[in-house]
Amino acid sequence: MKVLICIGHVPDTTSKIRFTDNASKFDKSDIQFIIGPYEELALTRLLDIKDAGTDLHITAVNVGPVETEATLRKALAMGADEAVRVNAEPLDALFTAKQIAEVYKKGTYDFIVTGKESIDYNGGQVDGMIAEILGIPSIPSASKFEIMGSVAKAEREIDGGKEVVEAAFPFVIAAQKGFAIDPRIPGMRGIMAARKKEILVFEPSEQANITKIIHHYLPEAKSACKKVAADNVEELVRLLHEEAKVI
Amino acid sequence: MSVLIYIDNKDGLLKKSAFELASYGFEIAKNTNVDTLAVTFGEIADEQVKLLGKYGVKKVIKIINPQLLGFSAQAYSSVISEVALKESAKIVLFGNNFDGRAFSPRVAVKLNAGLAPAVVKLPSSYTPFIVKKRAFSGKAFADIELSSEIKVLTLNQNSFHIVENPVDTTVETFAGTVPAGAYAVKPIEVTINSEKLSVTDAEILVSGGRGLKGPENWGMLEELAGILGAATCCSRPVSDLGWRPHYEHVGQTGKVVAPNLYIALGISGAIQHLAGVNGSKVMVAVNTDVEAPIFEAADYGIVGDVFDVVPKLNQALKKFKESN
Ligand SMILES: Cc1cc2nc3c(=O)[nH]c(=O)nc-3n(C[C@H](O)[C@H](O)[C@H](O)COP(=O)(O)OP(=O)(O)OC[C@H]3O[C@@H](n4cnc5c(N)ncnc54)[C@H](O)[C@@H]3O)c2cc1C
Ligand SMILES: Nc1ncnc2c1ncn2[C@@H]1O[C@H](COP(=O)(O)O)[C@@H](O)[C@H]1O
Repeated sequence: MKVLICIGHVPDTTSKIRFTDNASKFDKSDIQFIIGPYEELALTRLLDIKDAGTDLHITAVNVGPVETEATLRKALAMGADEAVRVNAEPLDALFTAKQIAEVYKKGTYDFIVTGKESIDYNGGQVDGMIAEILGIPSIPSASKFEIMGSVAKAEREIDGGKEVVEAAFPFVIAAQKGFAIDPRIPGMRGIMAARKKEILVFEPSEQANITKIIHHYLPEAKSACKKVAADNVEELVRLLHEEAKVI
Repeated sequence: MSVLIYIDNKDGLLKKSAFELASYGFEIAKNTNVDTLAVTFGEIADEQVKLLGKYGVKKVIKIINPQLLGFSAQAYSSVISEVALKESAKIVLFGNNFDGRAFSPRVAVKLNAGLAPAVVKLPSSYTPFIVKKRAFSGKAFADIELSSEIKVLTLNQNSFHIVENPVDTTVETFAGTVPAGAYAVKPIEVTINSEKLSVTDAEILVSGGRGLKGPENWGMLEELAGILGAATCCSRPVSDLGWRPHYEHVGQTGKVVAPNLYIALGISGAIQHLAGVNGSKVMVAVNTDVEAPIFEAADYGIVGDVFDVVPKLNQALKKFKESN
């Protein structure tokens, strides 16, 4: 079986967020980029399935400029079999989804895996868009995933509960917490092997951008925390009632 | 032309978020001189859907189609898009919850629409169309400009106030067409969590971290939540350790929440934790460590031991509730 896993290239979760060019652009200086945490879980799960004996060929794909190859290289080190980079700035979700759909059509993939959202612009869009462009079903916010012969079984989180689904191939599945427990850390062998693997570079297909990020804001600075003495909880109750008006 | 709002309805009852969406949708409709309409799936009593009229919704379209065999992102999005086209919707609005996030990207593709996910405010401009959204997991916000003719938005929970704008509401039913193959992903079984109030719906959250030492100590948090009509939630290590169910995990990799009041007990306030909770209107922290970063995010803080403070707080709140 062949799977396409969509790897985002995002700022490390501990990054201090800053902007440049009149707050129109994210300031990438001093930022460490990582594989999106949900894609990392997704890839881990695929590798676990493969290690347990399912014949699975894993292609990691990223839409991004040349600097994202370091992130794809990490996916290869974790154990992905090959990598594809579509050479373009991913400025718009529909543009990104279109590129990935094109990569899918060029290969003979059985399904596509993404993360539930990228942690920079928190869209949660690309997975559903790929599925709609290709006209195939999608499984959003999946917290468990198994392949059982010719079908897959997944669990997805819903408002107030969970739902188990059975899926015929192909489909797009978006991984969230639970998909795998801890992300796999690449070993020395993986890192060495990744150096020898080739990253295929495709040029993008035409698709106009219809959305554009034009300005950024940092949250308003919080006023200092009001401290209440531990033996005066009545004062906290009073403040929450009279000042904050939340109880 | 219209603003079309998707209202989720699983148990035949509308939630507060439905009224938030209606209020937000009505405000856009008013500013662009069009009507506010809503679409919802399944058998739901007319009296329930008509409640939306109080918030400006003129017409509610109920989708009744026996070929809809439970949730399918593909089927539902297809029918919502049909309604949007039939009603010449220029804006299609969803809540930024599981349903909204599943349907909005697909609807956007179908309608050649730009999508603004997780918006937190009314558009600051209509031509060009610019709206503020959440970004960098709550560490920032961004203005996004949509240049398509139709726009799809998902509204972040608790980011718009409910406003009454009473109108008469009519209810219509519509079947729509379910695309072939949509149920190649088949729902097999749905399990509803045992908690009465979900973490994302609650207006007050009582959250526990590793400072609680073990699952056996959650009794006092549940008591506190009970007194306040709150839901309980937790930091990631707490759910990873299995002390609390995974659906209570809040933060960057868990649920993103924006309650009116967030009470953080024995939580250090790591950046990934704050990413999921910094949309809270008011935050209270109790922590033994005066240097804990949670105090930088909190509005009110007690430097103290949760095992001492929480029982006392419960007593004080009980007294307060009795006399108020
Ligand atoms: C990619 C990534 C994603 C992550 N996502 C999330 C996420 O979504 N959500 C999340 O929560 N974390 C997340 N984390 C983990 C995060 O970095 C922290 O490790 C975690 O939030 C710490 O949880 P905690 O505050 O419960 O525990 P700790 O950091 O161990 O803090 C416990 C706190 O309790 C205090 N304490 C101890 N005893 C008492 C007492 N008796 N009374 C009062 N206070 C006491 C201590 O002073 C301390 O501040 C993520 C990490 C990574 C790398
Ligand atoms: N530029 C990209 N290249 C490859 N995959 C991406 C890219 N952007 C987003 N994705 C995938 O789509 C998912 C949802 O992203 P988003 O819609 O940006 O929140 C992510 O978790 C990734 O798996």
